[in-house]
Amino acid sequence: MREERYEAVMGLEVHVQLSTKSKIFCGCSTKFGAEANTKTCPVCLGLPGALPVLNREVLHRAIKVGLALDCRTAKMMKFDRKNYFYPDLPKDFQISQYDLPLAANGRLGILTDGKERTVRIKRVHLEEDAGKLIHMEDEDASLVDFNRTGMPLLEIVSEPDISSPEEAYDYLTQLKTILKYLEVSDCNMEEGSLRCDANISIRPKGQVELGVKTELKNMNTFKGVKNALQYEIKRQGEVLDEGGTIKQETRLWDEAKGRTSPMRTKEEAFDYRYFPEPDLVPFIIDKELVESIRKGLPELPRRRLERFIEDYKLPPAAASLLVNEKEVADYFEDAAGIYKKDAKVVANWITGDIQGELNKRSLSIKELGIKPNDLADMIKMIDEGSITGKIAKGLLADMVETKMNPRKIVESKGLLQIKDKGELDKILYEVIKANPKPVIDYKNGKVNVLTFLVGQVMKATKGKANPKMVNDLLRERMDKL
Amino acid sequence: MPEDFYRFTAHEIKRFISNDETTPVEVTASISDRIEEVNSRVNAIISFDRNDVKEELRRTKDKRAGKLFGIPVAVKDNICIEGRQVTCGSRILKGFRPPYDATVIEKLKKEGAILLGRANMDEFAFGSSCETSSYGPTNNPWDFDRIPGGSSGGSAAAVAAGEATMALGSDTGGSIRQPASLCGVVGLKPTYGRVSRYGLIAFASSLDQIGPITKDVRDCALLLNVIAGYDPKDSTSVDMKVPDYSKSLVNDVKGIKIGIPREYFIEGIDREVKESVINSVKLLERLGAKYEEVSLPHTEYAVGTYYIIAPAEASSNLARFDGVQYGLRKPGNLIDMYKNTRSVGFGSEVKRRIILGTYVLSSGYYDAYYLKALGVRTKIKEDFDKIFKDFDCIITPTAPTAAFKIGEKVDDPISMYLSDIFTIPANLAGIPGISIPCGFTKGDLPIGLQILAKPFNEETLLRVAYTFEKNSKLCGRRPNL
Repeated sequence: MREERYEAVMGLEVHVQLSTKSKIFCGCSTKFGAEANTKTCPVCLGLPGALPVLNREVLHRAIKVGLALDCRTAKMMKFDRKNYFYPDLPKDFQISQYDLPLAANGRLGILTDGKERTVRIKRVHLEEDAGKLIHMEDEDASLVDFNRTGMPLLEIVSEPDISSPEEAYDYLTQLKTILKYLEVSDCNMEEGSLRCDANISIRPKGQVELGVKTELKNMNTFKGVKNALQYEIKRQGEVLDEGGTIKQETRLWDEAKGRTSPMRTKEEAFDYRYFPEPDLVPFIIDKELVESIRKGLPELPRRRLERFIEDYKLPPAAASLLVNEKEVADYFEDAAGIYKKDAKVVANWITGDIQGELNKRSLSIKELGIKPNDLADMIKMIDEGSITGKIAKGLLADMVETKMNPRKIVESKGLLQIKDKGELDKILYEVIKANPKPVIDYKNGKVNVLTFLVGQVMKATKGKANPKMVNDLLRERMDKL
Repeated sequence: MPEDFYRFTAHEIKRFISNDETTPVEVTASISDRIEEVNSRVNAIISFDRNDVKEELRRTKDKRAGKLFGIPVAVKDNICIEGRQVTCGSRILKGFRPPYDATVIEKLKKEGAILLGRANMDEFAFGSSCETSSYGPTNNPWDFDRIPGGSSGGSAAAVAAGEATMALGSDTGGSIRQPASLCGVVGLKPTYGRVSRYGLIAFASSLDQIGPITKDVRDCALLLNVIAGYDPKDSTSVDMKVPDYSKSLVNDVKGIKIGIPREYFIEGIDREVKESVINSVKLLERLGAKYEEVSLPHTEYAVGTYYIIAPAEASSNLARFDGVQYGLRKPGNLIDMYKNTRSVGFGSEVKRRIILGTYVLSSGYYDAYYLKALGVRTKIKEDFDKIFKDFDCIITPTAPTAAFKIGEKVDDPISMYLSDIFTIPANLAGIPGISIPCGFTKGDLPIGLQILAKPFNEETLLRVAYTFEKNSKLCGRRPNL
């Protein structure tokens, strides 16, 4: 009912930590997980007198992201100070970008329930991250770890073009895919290298004017974003249904309780007193630099999907599965380049059994350790008839365990298909001898007991026999009885 | 051979040392004795330790080839020296020992300078009288009842009183030139970007410059030669070749065109100061220079503009003194810690400027104050650009009066602010300026003359100043202590 009365309007703010070697304004390492306060210097500690200097690699990566999102790169950008007091912010201001962001006016295409949509990107800007507070459990005190201070962040702000939590989820997935393709960020939500806040309002269907929005924070997974938005649509709908009004406020998502609760109202919002950062001069962004970065852009997921369908003749669903993860798509192309006979077979193995292994072990395809060449070899062995499809499935698990080439595993374990008729005959003889009743049944016309007997042979050979061959031979032998 | 080295200039001491007529040990002993003799009356030096001197002599032993080998230099208390306390004359930084050297300090160390005592200053460089320091006021060596000017009052008084051979100051609105003028020494504010600000505890980042305070113009060129230059650690420093400033020390102003801005000879300016400056210009005319009255029409807005921009930047720069990481901490919960630390740690002038700066940056006021001030700042710069198309330099009084009495303006901030009325425009425009002694009042107080030139044209300043110094016969006059 409610879903029919109201429509939701959503926009997302995504913070991405760029995976440069050093921080945004100093030479400190960005390595995650180092001992507290060891990756710091006077600049990122905000010591009196220390000054920021922009890391050029950060700028280049940010331009790259802007271009991949079809943004217009600014000819001139500057940094601004966002002033607020907090113990994790050593200067008590954050260097960010206010009115002249690095890039603006872009777009991102998403596919939700088979429908294509475009979400406009409002702006992409650079800023420094803050430190991390650790609240002591047994003491009334908090500690600060400044290792994260000055990590390069890219904030990507969408226009309010998202109309359902599912679209929000797809937007995030697609954005992450692109960022992974660009190799600019680890996009690891657990380590905080990708964070997302959401703005959401609802309005009666058909109304042009936007409703009052709330800002949602503290979602730690893409699913969390979806759930928080679903909750908030419901909550706002209930408030309106009861004749209430929505307060403009920031709300925190509680994953465990599955609900949002107020954090601060608009009146309590900080006045950040933005003004141009006087320690960093405005940057003129060279046209040639932008062009050279544009030329260096990798093939992006959308284009790759088209190419997979066209060049490899893959069904769209399989192609899409492969393309979503750059590593997987690269792996597919490597394997399909070695096993050229049928790319679909390669795709099936990857999206099927290999994906299964990945999920089971929660590993990335690189970590799984099956080389594209090994996968291709395994498929070739099936073609050659050296192994059966059934053996192949088990073999894959062995390959993961041993990291060995399938041919070597098959040899050492004696998994080669039994092709020698004499050898098979001996086994058949044993099976017939051991199962007099089914044999009599067969002779009496119960032809379907053959399946049982084939099964017995397969069992006796541990799957190494070719089922069709066994079937044919059995029939031949028994007809002669 | 003399033993009272405190009377001599750096270039004279250099000559004595290179002729093996004396050693850094003897020179520093003379200065150290002098500090112990007079500092209780002058209070120019706020921290002095003979052990530090020994350490400095050890450190500089092998720097014989250095441009400042064996020269005792006093450093304003807002420039970081590794391991030595730096407080900006404030309680809030008590005990803070930076783990790094300012770039100018690195340069001084490389050239064999002896880093002597810390020079007193107005708290956080907010002031024109050196009265707001938590170490108590500095007294003018020419008259102990009078102020030495500020904020680099300690640096200027130390050089005038022989407590240092030369000194480093910083100038945001006149803080080098005005005290130099009031103490009868030479002070130069370089072009914005000429000297690295890395390690200078910021007051107003877009206006601050470090510069020399010396006994004569030759020493000024000598110290500027050491500290000038591009620094990759300061994004606002300019990558331009640094000339050898000693080459500008020529006794010749033939053909030099001097502009005399009528807006600087207004009502309220002391009659003796005015006469002294006019007579000085006439002397330069006799030496071959030409002068003409010019107009800098936006001069009257300079002080107002400055007191928006400088406090705005300061309010943000000083936010970091919050009790979290270093310096003073007054306990309490988070908010109380902030409040208590800053209430106790900052003096009243600092609080006044923080509140002023916070106000002008606040949402709703930003456009009316800060943005407007930036616009006027551009107009002021354009005034200078226009004049420098036709003139080599501009000559004005450095300050409207000679040194005033201690306590005279403490409770009248506006009248205090107006003592920088002639020096502020150069900071807003980013142009270089020098103050040199040009006469004495009947009460035997020094009067200073300010020379301004276009950006990166310190050479003209030094040439005109040197010629004037050589011909005015004022040089070498020192207060009797």
